[in-house]
Amino acid sequence: MKLEAHNLNAFYGRAQILFDVGLKADTGEVVALIGRNGAGKSTTFKSLVGLVTARTGQLVFNGTDISGLPVHDIVRLGLGYVPEDRRIFTDLTVEENLDVGTQPARAGAPSWTKERLFELFPNLAGMRNRGAGRMSGGEQQMLTIARSLMGNPSLIMLDEPSEGLAPKIVEDMANAILTMKDQGLAVLISEQNLHFAKMISDRAYIIEKGRICFDGTMAELSNNDEVRNTYLAV
Amino acid sequence: MSFLFIQFLNGLASASSLFLVASGLSIIFGVSRIVNFAHGSFYMLGAYMAFTLVHKLSGGTIFGFWGGVVLAAAAVAVVGALVEMILLRRIYQAPELLQLLATFGLVLIVQDLVLTIWGPEDLLGPRAPGLRGAIDIFGQSFPQYDFVLIILGPVVLGLLWLLFHRTRWGTLIRAATQDREMVAALGVNQSWLFTSVFTLGAFLAGLGGAVQLPREAVNHVMDLQIITEAFVIVVIGGLGSVLGAFLAAVIIGELNAFGILIFPQLTLVLTFLVMAVILVVRPWGLLGKPEGVVRGGAGAERPIKPLSPTGRNATVALLVALLALPMISGNYGLSVASEVLIYTLFAASLHFMMGTGGMVSFGHAAYFGLGSYGAALTVKYFGVPMLAALVAGPAVAGIAALVFGWFCVRLSGVYLAMLTLAFAQIAYAVVFQWSSFTGGDNGLIGIWPAPWAASPTAFYYLSLLLCGGGIVAVRRITFAPFGYTLRACRDSALRADSIGIDLARHRWYGFTLAGFFAGIAGSLYAFLKGSVFPDTISIATSVDALVMVLLGGVQTLAGPIVGAATYKILHVSISSYTDQWRTALGVIIIVLVVAFPMGIVGFIQNRLLRSGRVEDAA
Amino acid sequence: MSANTLSVRGLCKNYGGVAAVSGVDFDLAPGEILALIGPNGAGKSTCFNMLNGQFPPSAGSIKMFGEELVGKKPRQIWRMGVGRTFQITATFGSMTVLENVQMALISFHDRLRALWPFAGGLYQEQAFQLLELVGMATQAGRPCSVLAYGDLKRVELAVALANSPKLLLMDEPTAGMAPKERIELMQLTADIVKQRGISVLFTEHDMDVVFTHANRIMVLSRGRVVAEGKPKEVRENPEVQATYLGTGAVYDHSKDTGAA
Repeated sequence: MKLEAHNLNAFYGRAQILFDVGLKADTGEVVALIGRNGAGKSTTFKSLVGLVTARTGQLVFNGTDISGLPVHDIVRLGLGYVPEDRRIFTDLTVEENLDVGTQPARAGAPSWTKERLFELFPNLAGMRNRGAGRMSGGEQQMLTIARSLMGNPSLIMLDEPSEGLAPKIVEDMANAILTMKDQGLAVLISEQNLHFAKMISDRAYIIEKGRICFDGTMAELSNNDEVRNTYLAV
Repeated sequence: MSFLFIQFLNGLASASSLFLVASGLSIIFGVSRIVNFAHGSFYMLGAYMAFTLVHKLSGGTIFGFWGGVVLAAAAVAVVGALVEMILLRRIYQAPELLQLLATFGLVLIVQDLVLTIWGPEDLLGPRAPGLRGAIDIFGQSFPQYDFVLIILGPVVLGLLWLLFHRTRWGTLIRAATQDREMVAALGVNQSWLFTSVFTLGAFLAGLGGAVQLPREAVNHVMDLQIITEAFVIVVIGGLGSVLGAFLAAVIIGELNAFGILIFPQLTLVLTFLVMAVILVVRPWGLLGKPEGVVRGGAGAERPIKPLSPTGRNATVALLVALLALPMISGNYGLSVASEVLIYTLFAASLHFMMGTGGMVSFGHAAYFGLGSYGAALTVKYFGVPMLAALVAGPAVAGIAALVFGWFCVRLSGVYLAMLTLAFAQIAYAVVFQWSSFTGGDNGLIGIWPAPWAASPTAFYYLSLLLCGGGIVAVRRITFAPFGYTLRACRDSALRADSIGIDLARHRWYGFTLAGFFAGIAGSLYAFLKGSVFPDTISIATSVDALVMVLLGGVQTLAGPIVGAATYKILHVSISSYTDQWRTALGVIIIVLVVAFPMGIVGFIQNRLLRSGRVEDAA
Repeated sequence: MSANTLSVRGLCKNYGGVAAVSGVDFDLAPGEILALIGPNGAGKSTCFNMLNGQFPPSAGSIKMFGEELVGKKPRQIWRMGVGRTFQITATFGSMTVLENVQMALISFHDRLRALWPFAGGLYQEQAFQLLELVGMATQAGRPCSVLAYGDLKRVELAVALANSPKLLLMDEPTAGMAPKERIELMQLTADIVKQRGISVLFTEHDMDVVFTHANRIMVLSRGRVVAEGKPKEVRENPEVQATYLGTGAVYDHSKDTGAA
């Protein structure tokens, strides 16, 4: 297993946000963490990557215990993280954004070059030297993913990759994610858009009030009206 | 003509040194978001260390001189790195203003350190070997050494540009300037990045100080002098912009060079006027970008609530104790108590502005000091009775706040804070230099209270009435629609604007009110001391007010009161035990910032929340 | 007085020679819900910001019941009866839910500069009624800084209704909400709008919301209106499918023409 989390608890100040969250993700699969806003999706990702430091539990990535490591060490082990709000460096050019993300190639993970990323996201190829602040929301979303891929991760976490994007761009995004999976990446996404999650995911977890309350394949989720009505209410 | 050209070259030469200091300040701010008050101390240390090293190494050789200069800068860089690793690393999570306060604690410590090691006398450095001569330009002579300085500035600018745009380190720094957490989330070790930036900044400041050695005497007040100028330059240039700092340094350098010809008395005023004009036209400086709001505290403040029954009882008990104080305290104690009361109102007025209004002021002393001078001058020139002077003082302060505030409220964050500092410095310069009217450095003396208030007890009760009344009024206004309006502007300008609130106008009124209340405190202070001196408008007084508010906790209404009392009492007791009160105070400030990042009252509230005695906001 | 809530003609905005919005015309009738959709960067936000007075248009006119809005500041436009909600919620975090609404009411009644009365006691009842309307009365005493995102959106709606607006401008009203919350919030909005005869202009990327609740849809691409009409017409428009909607895989097929 690429990434395994058991009994993950996380806190903001005095408030506990996550309660015994457990999840797994492996190479060659897309796993979706589904839940409404405030359910704990972003906190889960931030806890896994070490951005939320007030956390307890067993977190194993690639066989290494990462529960006590600072964020940059976790990322250097090959765990890529793409935040929900994109956080592009708008003062830098597209290429410079990619430079910031650059890490050495690592065994057991697909290795990316700028050229390969421009193939994956053709929109970006034409704007290498453009200031990242002068890009549309969709282009920024592509760039933020490309930037993390420059670190040659073996697992990438995408926090709500379809949020705020036009339906057509969402379809492009789905194709890009499937390509990453085919390249041998483990992909963990968080989503509220069930249509989108269904298109790309193999397995799904549902998170509600900081607890995992469903764990199964995407097909099981699609067929389980009760779970969908209770937790997702679509 | 040729004289003017020489003057122009002089301006460029001093611009180089200013640029070195300001660029370091700007780079450090960009990445760490720390407004490093101690940057002037690095500059001063650079000058002192260069003085010692050049003497030790030199024997008058070129290598000895320049080796000493570079070694001094390197030594300062090491000090900077240590400061970053030992102190700043612990407080990056603290609110920005507290970080500023901690660096001010460093300023105090370095001041005492310098006095201890090098003594109070001005030190004259050697002239640079090989560059002792002068060059003849259009019949005027110009020092060779200054030519080297003129070249040094652009060379450093060029090197910095290459460093930032042609190296991976530079790209990372520029990225971190925008979003340091995201840089870490891409696998970059932030702590290393921060330390390196701080070291570079300290090196530049140290170099700036060291190269001044042949030009001017080294003294122990250079730190605050240069830091004010460096702030001005960084703000004019735009925070975080190195090229902006260069342009601004040239502007200020030239302004000083020519200003001295035109208004020899008012060069400082000229500098700050230029800054005010530039900021009103370009609120983010020449090359800067909009900056986030400087937050007094971490996270959102809790909603304000009227006093609980316990709080009400405690207030009544405090009031009874204060009323009874003259029965147990002697004259000295009463005069200290009056001073504490006056400072409490001063702190409360600043809190109203920066806590409730979200406008951080580095120059609140202006209104306190102008209140003092307003009262003293009316007594001096019109011979009015004390009560009339107690009306005139606050009126003067209020009018000054009305005028200065009009400019200030158009800005936000650090820029607003710097403009308040600028206006305070203008007020200081006017008072200091217009000695025929204000007495200048000698101040105004003989400002005694009216006979009925002359006894320490009577004056104490008067202070209690006015300051207590002022604090109650400030509190009442905070709970009134106007106070809510100010908080609305602070919490979300976007939302406030979209529900029909004219931000600039209401913040302007808030600014004026805060100035008026500070003026009441200032007027009383003049009568308490029987005199006024330019000190009351100085940076030190403004910092006192900030320390008091932050010490108590900016996010709490009781904070300024607790903070002022604690600070003033500490101050009085420490000065009576040791000569090195600055070191003691500096250490205390730093310890408090590290231990109580939410201020004393904030700390107590959090403890109560944790123990469940107060209902949790969440 | 013109019959239309909004009449927009020839609206343009240029940024350094680049046209972000060029020649947008549309009308909005009282009680109508109009959706503005289009790819990221098509000029939707720019349009919105011109309507609410944030940016001055380069050219064109925006009339509300015949009165020109161009040249007015956001706060003046608000006083004419335009309420707004934001894509990323903007509330006063240090105030309670109730106080947020009271603040808007204090401004509406022009008492911002009062120095004496307790703000917490002013217009309490009216504020409660608004909170009841949006289903937030039970949380009236909680600080906005601790609310769940969906609830903040409701508070924003209550605040936007405080000046009895004739027009609501909602920028991505359901962004960041769960599917069920989205439908509920828009249903609530639609009900209130019907009740009070308010017009709504909103942008949105959730096509389920758009197709369910909009009476009419306008599609913006590269700063121009490329299609306009009833939901069914728009979703069947081949150009809109090519530039924006895609194959329809990421929104629900079962929902049809909606509230028309």
